Amino acid sequence: MTATVHTSAALALGDDALVLSHRLGEWAGLAPVLEEEVALANIALDLLGQARVLLSMVGNEDELAYLREERAFRNLQLVEQPNGDFAHTIARQLYFSTYQRLLYGRLAEVQGEFAGLAAKAVKEVAYHQDHAEQWTLRLGDGTDLSHERMSRACESLWRFTGEMFLPLEGVDVDWTGMKDAWLESVSDVLHRATLEVPQGPQSGAWTAGAGRQGLHTESFGRMLAEMQHLHRSHPGATW
Amino acid sequence: MVEGDRMATAAAHRTAHADGAAQEDTSAFQAAFDAAVAAEERIEPRDWMPDAYRATLVRQIAQHAHSEIIGMQPEANWITRAPSLRRKAILMAKVQDEAGHGLYLYSAAETLGTGRDELLDKLHTGRQKYSSIFNYPTLTWADVGAIGWLVDGAAITNQVPLCRCSYGPYARAMVRICKEESFHQRQGYELLLSLSRGTAEQHAMAQDAVDRWWWPSLMMFGPPDDESAHSAQSMAWKIKRHSNDELRQRFVDICVPQAESLGLTLPDPALVWNEERGHHDFGPIDWTEFHDVLKGNGPCNDQRIARRRQAHDEGAWVREAAAAHAAKHGNAGTGATHA
Repeated sequence: MTATVHTSAALALGDDALVLSHRLGEWAGLAPVLEEEVALANIALDLLGQARVLLSMVGNEDELAYLREERAFRNLQLVEQPNGDFAHTIARQLYFSTYQRLLYGRLAEVQGEFAGLAAKAVKEVAYHQDHAEQWTLRLGDGTDLSHERMSRACESLWRFTGEMFLPLEGVDVDWTGMKDAWLESVSDVLHRATLEVPQGPQSGAWTAGAGRQGLHTESFGRMLAEMQHLHRSHPGATW
Repeated sequence: MVEGDRMATAAAHRTAHADGAAQEDTSAFQAAFDAAVAAEERIEPRDWMPDAYRATLVRQIAQHAHSEIIGMQPEANWITRAPSLRRKAILMAKVQDEAGHGLYLYSAAETLGTGRDELLDKLHTGRQKYSSIFNYPTLTWADVGAIGWLVDGAAITNQVPLCRCSYGPYARAMVRICKEESFHQRQGYELLLSLSRGTAEQHAMAQDAVDRWWWPSLMMFGPPDDESAHSAQSMAWKIKRHSNDELRQRFVDICVPQAESLGLTLPDPALVWNEERGHHDFGPIDWTEFHDVLKGNGPCNDQRIARRRQAHDEGAWVREAAAAHAAKHGNAGTGATHA
């Protein structure tokens, strides 16, 4: 395995965790109920921990997080999508945590550079997936309004889900099998939540693997501007 | 007090409670309650207690719970801009702890018969207060450190004696809260130390934060003893153990050497060691500012409540959905059913 392959995979997985953690951190103080302040922060902290391990595998975590330009980030477009309402955040969590649980479950079973991290992270991610599933059930099968909002959220994020299953160099898993397992798992949850499985395409002209190549959506640049501003304002300082 | 006496007092206290329902005369209960408090026993939720004791506790615990959840705002203000991933993790964990403290405290208030919904409503409509310190803005990253060192430091000084509060559920919640607060205080100190020893700009940022947070932190102990409305009764009930001025003095004495170690200056030219008293003397506090902020004229009073109400109002449909789902499926176990 070459160093290049190792780097791109670690950056892809690390950036996913870093960016989603940041988005979840934006909920602090704004969650719909106090228990969710604790839960969302918990998930954000798990993801930040994963990001720090992954980024540190290929460089200095802070240089990578704070000094790269937007086009150098390798995260999925899904995770950078703005929080929207609580339903959007939950739909994003359902799609991503199901993916991460399947991926880390597989990575934990094969010898490789990510096995150690995956073995630990898969337990965290199992909780994230359960959290997302429980809320999908409550919102989907709650009130008419919550059903409508959850339905809309699942639809609107669907087009970002195809990118998750494009093979990542250096990550040796059965991607087609992953996609099938993901679809089965997500469909089961949506069905139990009385929601339709979205019928639209899972990717489009701008979403088919774009994030992994450094092409992002407009809100991502603003997110990075906020995240990186202080660090970049004091070059060379330690914190 | 020897063990036998304590058990005898507890037995009398509980007997009074058990026989109490049909009796008009509460003097026996009052006597048992007074004896239990005098004997340093804990009053528990099912014990008889004077109405005023219950009301005082609800007021105090609610104010404390509200302070935890409002206090999330000035720090959450910096989560998305934390300058290193390590600092970001520490800050997110700290804000999460505050939400957790809010949960314990609302639960403690619930044991006194007042639910979280009612208390939140009082917070949102300005009928209950939270600590005025959170009406000051966090303008720079160093403010996160100053809050940890000074605000959490003052809170701990206030709260450690509450671990011995006569009301059991509150005392037990405070044990856990104090442990976590003390961790936060050390983290804040360490953050400021890194800044103080960093670049000239970082040092100046740290000094500016201490300059702005020092006096408001001293005000956290409340008005001087001779103007404190609730102090005497709370001391008698052993809800409160030390006077405002005693605690304030203790805090000043703790901070002075810590500021020296930090290489930062406390913004009080009158601050000087008094050999005779064995304490530091310090300059007069601007109580006009204190009362002004308390009345709602602080820099962030409106903003803090507006944001809290916004979160609550925008989350209503989510709580309603959780309640509807629980009703359909016969499980109420989410904690998310609070309207």
